[in-house]
Amino acid sequence: MTTTLPTAELAPPAKRAPATAGKRRRKRHSTPLTIAMLAVLAYFLLPLLWLLVASTKSTQDLFNTFGLWFSHAPQLLTNIKATFTQDDGVFVHWLLNTVMYAGVSSVGAALLAAAGGYGFAKFRFRGDRVAFNLVVGAVMVPATALAIPTYLLFAKAGLVNSPWAVILPSLVNPFGLYLMRVYAEDAVPDSILEAARIDGAGEARIFFRIVLRLLGPGLVTVLLFTLVATWNNYFLPLIMLNNPNLYPVTVGLSSWAARAQNGGAGSSSDMLALVVTGSLISIVPLVVAFLMLQRYWQSGLASGGVKQ
Amino acid sequence: MTATTAASPKGRRGGARRRRSAGPLFVAPFMALFLLLFLAPLGYAAYLSLFQERLIGGTAFVGLDNYVRALDDPQLIHGVVRVALFFVIQVPLMLLLALLFALALDSGLLRFAKVIRLGIFVPYAVPSVVAALMWGYLYGPDFGPFAQLSHDLQLPAPAFLSDGWMLGSLSNIVTWEFVGYNMIILYAALRTIPEELYEAAAMDGAGAWRIAWSIKLPALRPALMLTLLFSVIGSFQLFNEPKLLMSIAPDVISSSYTANLYAYTLAFTGQQVNYAATVSFLLGLVIVIVSYAVLLTANRRRTS
Repeated sequence: MTTTLPTAELAPPAKRAPATAGKRRRKRHSTPLTIAMLAVLAYFLLPLLWLLVASTKSTQDLFNTFGLWFSHAPQLLTNIKATFTQDDGVFVHWLLNTVMYAGVSSVGAALLAAAGGYGFAKFRFRGDRVAFNLVVGAVMVPATALAIPTYLLFAKAGLVNSPWAVILPSLVNPFGLYLMRVYAEDAVPDSILEAARIDGAGEARIFFRIVLRLLGPGLVTVLLFTLVATWNNYFLPLIMLNNPNLYPVTVGLSSWAARAQNGGAGSSSDMLALVVTGSLISIVPLVVAFLMLQRYWQSGLASGGVKQ
Repeated sequence: MTATTAASPKGRRGGARRRRSAGPLFVAPFMALFLLLFLAPLGYAAYLSLFQERLIGGTAFVGLDNYVRALDDPQLIHGVVRVALFFVIQVPLMLLLALLFALALDSGLLRFAKVIRLGIFVPYAVPSVVAALMWGYLYGPDFGPFAQLSHDLQLPAPAFLSDGWMLGSLSNIVTWEFVGYNMIILYAALRTIPEELYEAAAMDGAGAWRIAWSIKLPALRPALMLTLLFSVIGSFQLFNEPKLLMSIAPDVISSSYTANLYAYTLAFTGQQVNYAATVSFLLGLVIVIVSYAVLLTANRRRTS
């Protein structure tokens, strides 16, 4: 059933929304189910609410006031300022590093996966099956089991402790390539390719001018996947980097958290408030990006999951 | 591999030859990096695992000695057993919740469905480092709200960070992070079920539960497989959450609490590079074997 899905099925759900709303018009809402799911929602949002509240507090207030409500002296701005100025503003470095690592990795990984997926989907050449199966088999090899071997290899090559040590391994996304191949098979009609070739367009031109556009939604999905994966990555930068100025925000925050703990975790240290505020600041961009781009998740995941 | 195909003159239709030569070029950049950054490290780890650093005489070839040592290493075995236990407890719970939430969202019976969907999905945007820090503080005996509430009610504070509770506490963090992600995969798959199937089922007098059981669940099978596969990989390489909780509960989480944590400790505190490579390699092997086992069981069930 699923292998014959037309391209329209893979379009972003926004386009299908009116139809879906219509098809479910007969149903009524269920109050008990809604209440149950709102309770579930509360569980998922409670830690974030706590984080929001906690980042308005001084370290002392964290200990002395109830966690889920504001203290009498909220000081979010003071905390933000302290976070950005601690250790000569190293937190700004961390944020910029994260943006840079995640940005370069995700754009690079998405383009590589798109070109590869298109190549596997629309061309036959010697060894294509072996190569593709090798990549699909690699989906199951976990990134962290690979991280230490990669570190050892990079240490030999003198690549550790540089941005490349974090970016290069993130460029290879076997699942992304698999997703793009599945997507390209339907989204890029052979007739368009033939027509472009008859018009004399070169393969590179066809790819950049036509194919990439047709692959748009799938491309964004892979981009988002890699973006989240590299934004959240901890293990790889932890082992690859030892210069604090190169840390991404995850490694930086964990180093502050360890310092807050080692400093006796007492209310005398200000580190704790900085860890909490820094955590909040670091998740805001990604949460906003998520809410804005969420429809792409669904469409991309549908094409990958359904047709597995 | 690619160079020979580029020259092969088998194309018949106009432009077919160029078309054949372009394929490898599109694939080449990915495959080159794949070779350098995926296969080469694996090969290098396999190579390193055959050597041992000795105090006298430097590095020596020892054959499979490291593997013999690893298979008999209680710290590694405990680490693997612990993540296997984690997998058995946490993954079914998480996937069941994801499935229930996806079905609830798809049923069309919910008010505020969009808000609920996004709210459950949002934790996926939170880095696991931040999630672990946050939950670590929430669990904590000093200023965690649970401890504060029990203190106000004159009850003993729940010992989230104790030895007995730790695996459950870690499961909770991982579940919080990934339920929404799995839910979206399943929900997306539900949305692709053609409307006619529902109409036909309703015509035959099938109720909501019957439709969920007989139409929706079978249609979800591939998507469920995908989530299960990702969960195998995720749980067996558990690292971030225990690594971060280690600093608040050092007595409970040892440096070999999970297999991956052990490999990290070996490589970076123990400086036992060859043995760390062996452990990483073995762990990767365990994950691939479990993944294939999961796939095979599912496929056999489908055909039988």
